[in-house]
Amino acid sequence: MTHSLTNTARMLGAGLRALLALTLVTGVVYPLVITGIAQGLFNGQANGSEIKADGKVVGSSLIGQNYSLPLEKGQDSPAPDLKWFQGRPQNGLGVNSVNTQYRLILSGATNRSGDNQELVQWVKDAKAAVVRANSTAGHTVEPSEVPADAVTSSGSGLDPDISPQYANLQVRRVAERNGLPVAEVRSLVDEHTEGRVLGFMGEPRVNVLELNIALKELLARG
Amino acid sequence: MGPVTAGVFQLLAVTGALALVHIPLGTYMAGVYSSKRHLRVERWIYKGIGADPDTQMRWPAYLRGVLVFSLAGVLFLYALQRVQGVLPGSLGFASIDPDQAFNTAVSFVTNTNWQSYYGEQATGHVVQTAGLAVQNFVSAAVGMAVAVALVRGFARSRSGELGNFWADLVRGVVRILVPLAFVAAIVLVACGVVQNFSGIHEVGQFMGGSQEWNGGAVASQEAIKELGTNGGGYFNANSAHPYENPTPFSNLFEIFLILVIPFSLTRAFGVMAGSVKQGYAILAAMGTIWLGFVSLMMWSEFSHHGPAFELANGAMEGKEVRFGIAGSSLFAVSTTLTSTGAVNSFHSSFTGLGGGITMLGMMLGEIAPGGVGSGLYGMLVMAVVAVFIAGLMVGRTPEYLGKKIGTREIKQAALYILVTPALVLVLTAAAMALPTPGHSMTNSGAHGFSEILYAYTSASNNNGSAFAGLDADTQWFNTTLGIAMLLGRFLPMVFVLALAGSLARQTPVPFTAGTLRTGKPLFAGLLVGATLIITGLTYFPALALGPLAEGLA
Repeated sequence: MTHSLTNTARMLGAGLRALLALTLVTGVVYPLVITGIAQGLFNGQANGSEIKADGKVVGSSLIGQNYSLPLEKGQDSPAPDLKWFQGRPQNGLGVNSVNTQYRLILSGATNRSGDNQELVQWVKDAKAAVVRANSTAGHTVEPSEVPADAVTSSGSGLDPDISPQYANLQVRRVAERNGLPVAEVRSLVDEHTEGRVLGFMGEPRVNVLELNIALKELLARG
Repeated sequence: MGPVTAGVFQLLAVTGALALVHIPLGTYMAGVYSSKRHLRVERWIYKGIGADPDTQMRWPAYLRGVLVFSLAGVLFLYALQRVQGVLPGSLGFASIDPDQAFNTAVSFVTNTNWQSYYGEQATGHVVQTAGLAVQNFVSAAVGMAVAVALVRGFARSRSGELGNFWADLVRGVVRILVPLAFVAAIVLVACGVVQNFSGIHEVGQFMGGSQEWNGGAVASQEAIKELGTNGGGYFNANSAHPYENPTPFSNLFEIFLILVIPFSLTRAFGVMAGSVKQGYAILAAMGTIWLGFVSLMMWSEFSHHGPAFELANGAMEGKEVRFGIAGSSLFAVSTTLTSTGAVNSFHSSFTGLGGGITMLGMMLGEIAPGGVGSGLYGMLVMAVVAVFIAGLMVGRTPEYLGKKIGTREIKQAALYILVTPALVLVLTAAAMALPTPGHSMTNSGAHGFSEILYAYTSASNNNGSAFAGLDADTQWFNTTLGIAMLLGRFLPMVFVLALAGSLARQTPVPFTAGTLRTGKPLFAGLLVGATLIITGLTYFPALALGPLAEGLA
């Protein structure tokens, strides 16, 4: 019995030493070398693809944001600022509850199934809101024109993109709210529409933050 | 070009890249495990371990190596999480509770990478980089070592010797995983995956105010997370998070990384077993199932059946715009037919049938192409069963690669196949029968049942993905899922190594006119059939209660 115990302890010791040696290789040297190369060669990407407007960092081109008015009394969630292009719904985002010294946003999805009543209601409400917000004096949006990405939350909750259809749906509204010609706003959207990579990878998309920054610059030029 | 056509092209691109790479990589891997030379860094490591890499081990010794190394991994990772609060470089993150720390330690050591914690708010640099990411490497290397031991069981005769576990482990890490992960990590950074140690910092926002971001060694972890079919995300949203998977290209690249080692191992098997044709037959069976599943998934997701999706005019809930339906379907199938469990879109919000396809992929035993190593040994066990069935049909003693499949061998194969269904079905039934586990469900009805069935399927098969509506951070789920992961990983390994041992002791039988041609397409077809029928019959009742009920409603 004692023999087999010492034998087991000896073997476990070998296992631990193997783990520590491999930790040195894969948990210390490897990530540090990668970090060194990444910081040297791809500094912008390695640090979060930050993006500037008027010389100030206003976010990351990869992380979706809110374009909302300040929260008013009696509201559960702030109303969207319809002056700006809006991103996708973000019902899956969580609030940091463990390490509360930070105001971290927890990425995530709603995980609601297709037959979930709550999800059905969210989609209905979102569709009605998109139709209402984007119908302008001369143009009424039909519910069938609203693309799926406009009324569903993404996997991360931080989707930086919308489909070109959803961006185009917002053109008239944005033009009206900012007093700009529709054609000018539409060409702005066209400039910021990215096709599929090499013609077949992924889906065509519009980066909302980049589009809004361009819109802001357009307004500043007046 | 429409989204469906683009999806077909993406499927072709991944297939083409794998076809190009699997031959040189597989041949290289065969060389690594057959080499007589030791690199200098490997000699240092062997000295540190105190092991002689040239000693041949029989199966019990090899198994002991696997088990003590994995036990050391669980203990170390558990301890690291329990003391996180006082470690430097932890960014003020607290120590993790015992049940969750147990679950996470087991999860990463067993190559499952089920996550009952939120990466963003639970783990700092040290636990992520020196704890979790290390297991991403070594758990993958353990899987490959066991697969190689089984291949040696077929290739060797009259000896019972399966190689040296320490040598296989260290070589897998040093010569295969680290170099591949190195290249992959740099490509991912170039795409926009973050790689820094700047901690949590504040960044301005367009509308004023600020947001807080986690920094971290994400690219280095992302690379091995996919390559080692691990799947544990740095962030809660996993590969849906733009900092883990920023572009359509990075998406296809990550899918390629998930699949490349499992498919290439079929080549390594062919080379080591002395006939590349045998490797092609295994590859063909794996590839057929994978292609079939991808097609079914794309069909199901593009047709977006389900009240909310029909209302929304597309199944985009839980999916990112840059990947679209096709890129999400391709990823979902690849991650569940391997033991990866990384997600770029949330399976719980797939259509009813789509969710069922992800579950069925895991239920097949993750063998098409499966986890690194575990996919190959799982498919070879299935091949043993297929040969046995074919032998029964024609009334001949079954043989595979010159080895007789006798009572002993078929018992070991049968036990291997029974482990995971027993775990999945018994634990699911227990969770449904007890009063409290059901409180963790987000959805009700058939989908609520699916959340629990998915959880045990994922844990027992060491996948790690989830119908994540389930709140699994409870003592019941942390504990039972932890047990499922442990038994689902190591019991099959016991049977595989025992099988390898008895094969390696045999004297090969000569090839005759009556020998089943296992290197031919007909055998690949038999293998696909055997796989689908065995698992299909085992799980059909459970699937009927969950995803089929939801999908056909």
